[in-house]
Amino acid sequence: MPAEIKPANPTLSARIRKSFPSTEREFSLVVDFNAAPGFTILFGASGSGKTTLLDCVAGLATPDAGRIAVGERVLFDADRHDTGSRTNVPVAKRGVGYVLQALALFPHLTVEQNTEYGLAHLPRPARKQRVVAMLQEFRIEQLRQQRPTEISGGERQRVALARALVTDPCVLLLDEPLAALDAATKSKLLDDLRRWNQAHRIPILYVTHSREEVLALGERVLVMEQGRIIAHGTPHEVLSAPLQETVAQLAGFENIFDATVESVHEDRGTMLCRIMTCRLPADKPGIVVLLETPLIRAEMGSCMRVGIRAGDILLAIAKPVGLSARNVIAGRLVSLERRDMMISARVDCGVDMEVYLTLAACDALSLAEGREVWLVIKTHSCHLMQR
Amino acid sequence: MLIDWQAFRLTIELAVVVSAILFVIGLPLAWWIAFSRWRWKFFVEAMVALPIVLPPTVLGFYVLVALGSQSPLGRWWQSLTGHTLAFTFTGLVIGSILYSLPFAVQPFAASFSSVDRKLLAASATLGASPLRTFFRVVVPLSVPGLVTGVVLAFAHTMGEFGVVLMIGGNIPGVTRTVSIGIYDQVQASNYSAANAMALLLLVFCFVVLTVVYGLNRRTPNQRLWRMGPVK
Repeated sequence: MPAEIKPANPTLSARIRKSFPSTEREFSLVVDFNAAPGFTILFGASGSGKTTLLDCVAGLATPDAGRIAVGERVLFDADRHDTGSRTNVPVAKRGVGYVLQALALFPHLTVEQNTEYGLAHLPRPARKQRVVAMLQEFRIEQLRQQRPTEISGGERQRVALARALVTDPCVLLLDEPLAALDAATKSKLLDDLRRWNQAHRIPILYVTHSREEVLALGERVLVMEQGRIIAHGTPHEVLSAPLQETVAQLAGFENIFDATVESVHEDRGTMLCRIMTCRLPADKPGIVVLLETPLIRAEMGSCMRVGIRAGDILLAIAKPVGLSARNVIAGRLVSLERRDMMISARVDCGVDMEVYLTLAACDALSLAEGREVWLVIKTHSCHLMQR
Repeated sequence: MLIDWQAFRLTIELAVVVSAILFVIGLPLAWWIAFSRWRWKFFVEAMVALPIVLPPTVLGFYVLVALGSQSPLGRWWQSLTGHTLAFTFTGLVIGSILYSLPFAVQPFAASFSSVDRKLLAASATLGASPLRTFFRVVVPLSVPGLVTGVVLAFAHTMGEFGVVLMIGGNIPGVTRTVSIGIYDQVQASNYSAANAMALLLLVFCFVVLTVVYGLNRRTPNQRLWRMGPVK
């Protein structure tokens, strides 16, 4: 479709209801959202309905009810309206680009033939021209004559993207397109994709369960759980101050505590929260763990939940002074456990906290179980959630 | 003359015509069997598989009845051409197609089913019609299965006896195939002639199968094609 007849504001709006009757576990997808041009991240654990949602937009699955439209163009509408029948544009006519998680490159075709596949309606010279331009843009021109089995995983991802984008889709669906790639390959590919999106302002639905990808790409994040959108906002809003505990677990908080708001300092933008100790240690009676946290809208005495990443906590063997960090908590080292190339330390400071250390740090401090240590936690490393 | 070359020519001609026709009608039939979600599909599958277990004489008998001047089909053909289909080469071709149908359709359908459905989904999202998906994706990825089906149909037709005897009888140059010729020679106690023809048929079939399976042995390599992203 030439650019000039595309709708000026190609926002994807989707209202979808689809249930899967199953004897074991009934699952239903109920979502209602708009995705403006640019990246919209679908973030959630596997089984939360992200792929089903993409399948519905692409037309590979049919919703039970709802409406899917890009700008003014209706792709699906379960309502019969005046026409007497529901609207359901066939997959091949939707013009939706879809990069499946498995990529699904055609194994018997070369990179060039794969990329050309969606352009059968164009005359040969125009087709070749578009393909060459797209292969150059995604830096895979040198692979033209190779087959998908002969190239690397990162190159295959590029071919799959090029094959979908060369058709000039009205919406792009990406199902964990970078899941199998290493960080360096990933960030290069993300740069190329972002650059492409600046020139072609279409909505991109991007499914992932990787925090890094959310932060690197996200203009807007939809968090999904069990077929519902449970939170949405900027990556910072959704990931830094999660609203639900499931989000916290997804976002990788190893330490999650129940806490009550002890005092609120609106002038300083902070609050003081008391962590509920689930048990009182016999040797330290009456211990109270107080944490300074960022200010959120909460009443004094209200119950919250605090999440702290194990990698955000510093560990010291002497009481540190002269720090900007506001939380310095004394405790005792309970256990050291090696996990791959790092150490997970468990510290009892009234509550159990998990702290990640590098192997070198652990050696340099000559840590041993039973040792007295201090934990240092920055105010903004404490993430508050509703309970 | 020890070897009835006319019977050989006729048999090969029959096998070539039958496997060519089976290739053409087998593709859509196998496509339908592999991808249809019709609830009564199993009924059609059983019908297609029937010639595998049915005695050739039973199949031959009913085909003979269907082609004869008593049946609507036979009468229609007679009004068109002036003669019946029974005891003609065309009648032989029709009977052989039915008899060898499962040997072509089943390998076709099996290889169509084994094509990754995600490739079909990808093809559709790239704007391809089901027909284009079939010829650009499904068929190229099913080449080994297609070759197997055609070869099995060919070999099966080369060696058929019962159906030919029932429909075609034993008319030299028209319906006498090698297997009928061998049977004739044995009945007449010409064991050396029977042996010469039997041996030739044996060697011919063995050579054809060996060449085809030899050419078709790239299968492990092709399985690599079905790989997903590197994990």
